[in-house]
Amino acid sequence: MKKYTNEHEWAELEGDIATIGLSNYAIDELGDITFVELPEIGASAAKGESIAFIESVKAASDIYAPLGGEVVEVNMDLEDTPETLNEDAEGTWILKMKVSDISEFETLMDKAAYSAYTQTL
Amino acid sequence: MPYTPHTKDDVKRMLAQIGIKEESELFDYIPQSLRAKSFDLKEGLSEFEVYEDFKEMASKNDTSKVCFLGGGYYDHIIPSAVDALSSRSEFYTAYTPYQAEASQGTLQALYEYQSLVCELTNLEVTNASMYDGGSAMAEAALMAIRITKRDKIVVDSGVNPIYKKILKTYLAYHDIEVIFMETVSDKVDTKTLTSLIDDSVAAYIFQNPNFFGSLEDYSEIVKSLHEVKALAIMSAYPIALGVIKTPGELDADIYCGDGQSLGNYLGFGGPSFGILATKQKYVRNLPGRIVGLTNDRNDKRAYVLTLQAREQHIRRAKATSNICSNQNLMTLRATIFMSLLGKDGFAKLALQNYNNANYLKTQLAELSAVKIFNQNATFNEFVIELPITCDEFLDRMSEKGFFAGLKLDHLYENFENRVLVSVTEKRTKAQMDSFVASVKEIL
Repeated sequence: MKKYTNEHEWAELEGDIATIGLSNYAIDELGDITFVELPEIGASAAKGESIAFIESVKAASDIYAPLGGEVVEVNMDLEDTPETLNEDAEGTWILKMKVSDISEFETLMDKAAYSAYTQTL
Repeated sequence: MPYTPHTKDDVKRMLAQIGIKEESELFDYIPQSLRAKSFDLKEGLSEFEVYEDFKEMASKNDTSKVCFLGGGYYDHIIPSAVDALSSRSEFYTAYTPYQAEASQGTLQALYEYQSLVCELTNLEVTNASMYDGGSAMAEAALMAIRITKRDKIVVDSGVNPIYKKILKTYLAYHDIEVIFMETVSDKVDTKTLTSLIDDSVAAYIFQNPNFFGSLEDYSEIVKSLHEVKALAIMSAYPIALGVIKTPGELDADIYCGDGQSLGNYLGFGGPSFGILATKQKYVRNLPGRIVGLTNDRNDKRAYVLTLQAREQHIRRAKATSNICSNQNLMTLRATIFMSLLGKDGFAKLALQNYNNANYLKTQLAELSAVKIFNQNATFNEFVIELPITCDEFLDRMSEKGFFAGLKLDHLYENFENRVLVSVTEKRTKAQMDSFVASVKEIL
């Protein structure tokens, strides 16, 4: 089950591994994605800290860690085909993190709450 | 009445916010002696009077002397076509060609410049230029910090001392440790370097030929840097790249250099421009503007500024740098200069510089009073050691009609008797022989 942040990342938790991507709303707002700067494996970030970077034809933006932890895998396909994100934002993961405190996951918004949140923007 | 958009109340609130009482306190950092005494300017002069004034000032310049000055800026031949083409009004555009539909000429010239720089350096990407060699070096250091996420830079002793000062200023407010290696000779101190290079180092900056004119093969050093994932930043006098191993051939990661020697005049140290080039994989860490080639909607070739998301007008505080300008006109001159020479012409020019300087060096080495400081081979300049001080030597050579070189006593400790002599393609055999004869007479 996906949960969302108010910075528009989504996360899915399996054990202590979180799969992370950007929401349909975020990708729609950014437009055509041209580049994703992926972190090194082993890079760590606290919840809310910048962990990756995304660039589109009209903007550039940080991707913030929805949960604190350490990067264990990155989606290398995005280096050559970042446009996959435009085709299927929430079906395309960006990175996976080993989460240090899984209870943080509960603080994120569920789909309904996130959807209501984007209505206010 | 001066136009200022702030009301008295605005000003009071702004001053209160930063904790000062009077506007004048903002200028406390500027010594009183350096401030304007008055802004009451004299009555204006007519065009004729201004012209006469300037003529008188210009007459104080001594342009009769034969120039052997180098150390970063060089006296090269500039073909007339460079002046003629670069002074065309179409190119005297004011500023950033962001509006591609109105700037195709300027953008194409910059694109050609970038292509030429890539050929010259054997690197894949470059930007539309920086301000000068020193600022290009500082931006190269910042690039290495961003790429490696490390915070230590090692600077070789052979790097231009003026660039070192610019590095210090530029990096002063970054959390970066800059290690300047000490000058012991014209060679790289490999022992010290080996002890400094480890996986905490972002980059090692070297210059080839170095400030003393000496050449060295950096291949092994570059390899050992890459073993610890540190970057190799190479600074070089662009003319030398016509004969020496290019940054690309050396597998250096970033090239930086000063573009004055490519068709720009020696005008009291400027104007010039900086060159910064790198490998494709680091393009997103390259600061400044980059011109790209694309097709418009009618499938016609078109030039645009590209990868702008790195820049401050989009990425704001996280931009790759706050450089949002370049030196268009100077790079245009370089583009025309390089195009006129062509690939073979450029290599010949470099060789001529090498041959001339080495002729003079050999002649001077035969004089018992002169010692050559350089142990390594040299490109187009070298350091002479004299039995008298720099100032004494230069004054007496000046009386004989020469700018005999750059004094090094103010740049290095214990260099009271050392002068950097530079020889370009402009110097004839007769001039060099007369130089040697004059040195003989003086010493």
